[in-house]
Amino acid sequence: MNLRRIGAVIYARSLEFIRDRSALSWSFVMPIVMVVGLAFIFSGEGQPLFKVGVIADNLATEAEPSPKLHPFLTTQHIDFYSVAADQQAAVVKKVGRHQVDMLIDLRAGQQHYWVNTESPKGYFLELLLKSSEGAKLTQETVQGQQIRYVDWVIPGILGMNMMFNCLWGVGYVIVRYRKNGYLKRLNATPLTATEFLLGQIISRMVLVVGVSTLVFTLTNLFMHFVMEGSYLDLLVVLIVGTFTLITMGLLVASRVRSEELSDGLLNLLTWPMMLLSGVWFSMEGTNPIMQGLSQLSPLTHTLTAARAIMLDGATLWQVAPHLLVLLAMSLVFLAIGALGFRWTTD
Amino acid sequence: MNTTPILEVRNLRKHYPKVKAVDGVDFSVPTGICFGLLGPNGAGKTTTIEMMEGIIRPSSGEILYKGEPMGPRFKNEVGIQFQSTALQDFLTVRENLKFFSNLYPKNRSMDELIEICALESYLDRDARKLSGGQRQRMLLAIALVNDPEIVFLDEPTTGLDPQARLNFWELINRIKAQNKTVLLTTHYMEEAYNLCDQIAIMDHGKIIAQGSPDQLLSEHFQDVIIELPAQDFPQAAEVIPHRRLAKVNPSIEISTQDVNKTVAELLQAGASLAGLQVRQRTLEDLFLELTGKELRQ
Repeated sequence: MNLRRIGAVIYARSLEFIRDRSALSWSFVMPIVMVVGLAFIFSGEGQPLFKVGVIADNLATEAEPSPKLHPFLTTQHIDFYSVAADQQAAVVKKVGRHQVDMLIDLRAGQQHYWVNTESPKGYFLELLLKSSEGAKLTQETVQGQQIRYVDWVIPGILGMNMMFNCLWGVGYVIVRYRKNGYLKRLNATPLTATEFLLGQIISRMVLVVGVSTLVFTLTNLFMHFVMEGSYLDLLVVLIVGTFTLITMGLLVASRVRSEELSDGLLNLLTWPMMLLSGVWFSMEGTNPIMQGLSQLSPLTHTLTAARAIMLDGATLWQVAPHLLVLLAMSLVFLAIGALGFRWTTD
Repeated sequence: MNTTPILEVRNLRKHYPKVKAVDGVDFSVPTGICFGLLGPNGAGKTTTIEMMEGIIRPSSGEILYKGEPMGPRFKNEVGIQFQSTALQDFLTVRENLKFFSNLYPKNRSMDELIEICALESYLDRDARKLSGGQRQRMLLAIALVNDPEIVFLDEPTTGLDPQARLNFWELINRIKAQNKTVLLTTHYMEEAYNLCDQIAIMDHGKIIAQGSPDQLLSEHFQDVIIELPAQDFPQAAEVIPHRRLAKVNPSIEISTQDVNKTVAELLQAGASLAGLQVRQRTLEDLFLELTGKELRQ
């Protein structure tokens, strides 16, 4: 193992990436556009209506709650909709996530309401409710984090971007090197496969971790994401997750000879990972088989750990099982990738 | 001078499922010479040279470097230019040189390389934006970054214009002048004649002739060629053994060991000698003689 040679590979590969303006800007612009776009779509800033869930005795789920239940229900420009009693917990959660602005429980002996204290809409609805005639309701606290969808989805978007950058940046690029004969030229030098692969991994690590950190920091400037845990812990998760995804790319890159095949294989890996890893929606409550499959994806473990740190304030120790799974996966990928590595297309 | 050949090949074979690309090849390359491996397309030159470079594993046979099987030091001490080489995108000539330099324990100074290969004027240009000749010079410089003892050049001038080819020959002569061994494959006989101290001609995976160009020519030919335009060749001369060449200006080739006698015969048949040329046999003739004239892919 020769550090000078590894350093040379890292430097050359990084130059190539940085000078490839189209690829570089793509890996920056895509996640930013998605974060901003999603924040816009899910923020509900443009909606004139407030959304209030109502639980009451003998209220059918489809029916519109009668104004007779409480004078507050006569208020205009508010969308009152009925909620089944057993849905209470779920809707309270939605209140926490700004998907519903308020929930009121008008059942005899209950008489409560929930608002997200962080939400301006919740504040106004609370004022309206208090100034209305009728039975006085007591405030219940919303359990758990009161977060925005964008807070929940940001690790997903960054994770997806990481996944594409790692898998294509290694899997596709090395296959291209093999096909055009660059690997053959390197094989004629004293450079070993391990040195070459380490150089590729490190170069990609620095770039992907750098890009992800920068995109997170930039979007955080105006999105102000919820951050209950430590940024340092989040960085550790980012590094471990990136490493695992890169080694997964190596697995594809180690033997494949044609760019078309590697492209197909990479798509075959990334699409299920995107759907099953909880990038866009939580896997909770889905089919147990799907949940089992999702555990096979390194992205699932990365995102679960990142969200636990950001949203629940988990420590590194608490997410350690996920990190261990990731490291175990990368060791397997790395071993297969390095042992099976082929320089030429013969 | 060291008498152990720098490279020696013994009964080298490379068999693919459907083709015997190299089928039992023996030769040795003395230190400090330019050795040419010649042959038509598909003769097995590249397969042979790539086995000698350690890129392809032989099916059987032995390759000795300085009298020993190739060891780990081999890659440090050789320089290689493939028939076609891809480099990384977005790197300049200078960056490519620097990159390859860093892969070797021993380096030749960058300034020297730039001077030898005349890279100065396009040193900071993206390596993808070079002309054919510039690119070959850069690839040669890359093959020399480790100050190798032997340089492998696989068809280095294929596809170059005549000017660029002459420039490249000059470079190779400069390398030879520094007492480096050069192993060259080519299918340009003129190139082999100008550069190579020794040649081996390959066909169908075997070596069919070996020696110095002059030695080979005198071994195979004791004649010279008389050539004259076809319209100057009268009916009466048809009795003289000859070959008709279909060119834009068709011509007649006569091989003879006695020029005076043949010329007298031509005069007697009434031929005009105004366009007559006498030339020595060339490697090209030898090559065609030995490898046949059928078309190759």
